[in-house]
Amino acid sequence: MEWINVLVQGVLLGGLYALFAAGLSLMFGVMRFINIAHGDFIVVAAYLMLVMVLTLGLHPVIGIGLVVILMGCAGYLGQRFLLNRVLDEDILPPVLVTFGLSIIIQNSLLETFSADSQRVPSGDFATASLRVSDELAVGVLPLAMFLAAVGVIGVLQFIFYRTALGRLLRATSDDPEIVPLMGANNSHIFALATALASGVVAIAGTMLAMKTNFDPTIGPSRLLFAFEAVIIGGMGNIWGTLAGGIILGVAQAIGAQIDAGYQILAGHLAFLAVLIVRPKGLFAKAKG
Amino acid sequence: MAQLDLLSTSRGPDVTRLALIGVGLIVFVALAAAPFWAGRADLRLLMEALSFLALAQMWNLLAGYTGLISVGQQAYVGLGGYLFFALAMFAGIPVLWAIPLAAIAAGIIAIPTGWIAFRLQGAYFAIGTWVIAEVFRLIAAQFPALGGGSGISLPVALARSIAETRGGREMVMYYIAFVLAAGAVLAVWLLLRSRWGLALTAIRDSEPAAASLGVNIRRVKFFVYVGTAMGTALTGAFIFLQKLRITPEAAFSVTEWSTFVIFIVVIGGLGTIEGPIIGVILFFLLRDLAADLGTWYLIGLGALAIAVMLIDRRGIWGAFRARGLPTLFVTQRTLK
Repeated sequence: MEWINVLVQGVLLGGLYALFAAGLSLMFGVMRFINIAHGDFIVVAAYLMLVMVLTLGLHPVIGIGLVVILMGCAGYLGQRFLLNRVLDEDILPPVLVTFGLSIIIQNSLLETFSADSQRVPSGDFATASLRVSDELAVGVLPLAMFLAAVGVIGVLQFIFYRTALGRLLRATSDDPEIVPLMGANNSHIFALATALASGVVAIAGTMLAMKTNFDPTIGPSRLLFAFEAVIIGGMGNIWGTLAGGIILGVAQAIGAQIDAGYQILAGHLAFLAVLIVRPKGLFAKAKG
Repeated sequence: MAQLDLLSTSRGPDVTRLALIGVGLIVFVALAAAPFWAGRADLRLLMEALSFLALAQMWNLLAGYTGLISVGQQAYVGLGGYLFFALAMFAGIPVLWAIPLAAIAAGIIAIPTGWIAFRLQGAYFAIGTWVIAEVFRLIAAQFPALGGGSGISLPVALARSIAETRGGREMVMYYIAFVLAAGAVLAVWLLLRSRWGLALTAIRDSEPAAASLGVNIRRVKFFVYVGTAMGTALTGAFIFLQKLRITPEAAFSVTEWSTFVIFIVVIGGLGTIEGPIIGVILFFLLRDLAADLGTWYLIGLGALAIAVMLIDRRGIWGAFRARGLPTLFVTQRTLK
């Protein structure tokens, strides 16, 4: 029973990791570019949520909505006016610019909010749980987050395969040089992709803020979790990313059950094991 | 008739180049004689700068010539430090021998590690190396004999074994740092002037073209990865001998050993030997000026790195060279 509990907690945690990963995967899919500051953007969203709920006293649902809009706009502008200028075949400039952004964000947050650990209160919701049996209870908040993560990934899948924007994004992913010939504007498409990814990042960050304590320095490890979920699941497969997140979450939960010090290490080792056995990921789409 | 003369090297305007060589020689001699003119605090600062120069040259060789952008070289700084502590404290190996042995051991560990990391390409490689460094950090924290998560200090007797007096120890330590930095510069320069250098420069300029001329790209990259891992671990072992104390956080710090080193190389000029030298000088000058600003100093450093990418991604030295400044360390071959 104990192990079933561990498994359930791991799966629920994995939903959050899949959300972290979805934004990263989307940007890489469309622009072939990895945002080193991805984890720090998640933390920024968490702090924005803190301001919305604690400082402005807004209802959490309105808070989430506002953070999504803010992050989406910031994502569009940041891509359009900063990142688009360094995107080309050379991978160093985008890596370095986002590395610089990561340092700037971490230290600005430190300057503004101090190094204290914070948390956004979510009332009774945070402690309520559903009793499945005598020994197994599932927290309402983690369950709601998991369902929201599945929902967001479903929406992304819908946008990608059923809308005009999705068609443009997929076409750009396939061949960024041909799409402009058809009258599309690459820098606008890239900015839209980043806006969409930032919206997902915003949802992930607000959930992080309600689920656990956070401080300005936790961004990089969120980036690593997101990255691991993407690689485990296989690139270019968004449901695979969900599976990757769940595998990572379960590995961490099992590690934590053995010894508290093994939680993060177990997740990293699961990632390395997948990398050794199937470097393209467990559910990579066959290409070509 | 034009002919390819592989032995001749490019020359800029002779007067400027001679002046550069003159300045370089003066700095070299001044650094070599530093224990005789510098105070204790200055000597410490110089040791730190020289260690960073060695790390920067290693990262520059890896990223600037083979295009392997690693955000995980702290794995080898920490590994060098921890292996050094383990060899000196538990294997009873004399302190000065434990440093190169730690580097060799780190090189052996870098072989399977590189094999895994090389399964990822480009930006994925960058983050993959970071994950590996985190794995090393978490494993280091699991060794109770090495102090676990809270770290361990080098016994005083071991530090004393280098030299009896404090002045003597400082002299020995300074010359280790000096040899590390000068050795790193010289090693990269000699490597680039060799047959290997020709392959490396070809890879830097165009991988498909290099491959079509028979360069085994994967093998060259792998050798450079393992070689720079050893150089980085050698420096790491020295850094923690100087600090006399090691913790997993300090040994595998991404900010200290990756962020700072990468910013030094890129701001100075990636893919040049002079770039990291300029970068280190600038980094320590800025740090000295902005020491009281704390977080603002780091924000400024991040902004500077972004600015370099937006304005001229060749960095300071690269930008000057493009405007006609001759190179100090000539590695190019020209067609006459």
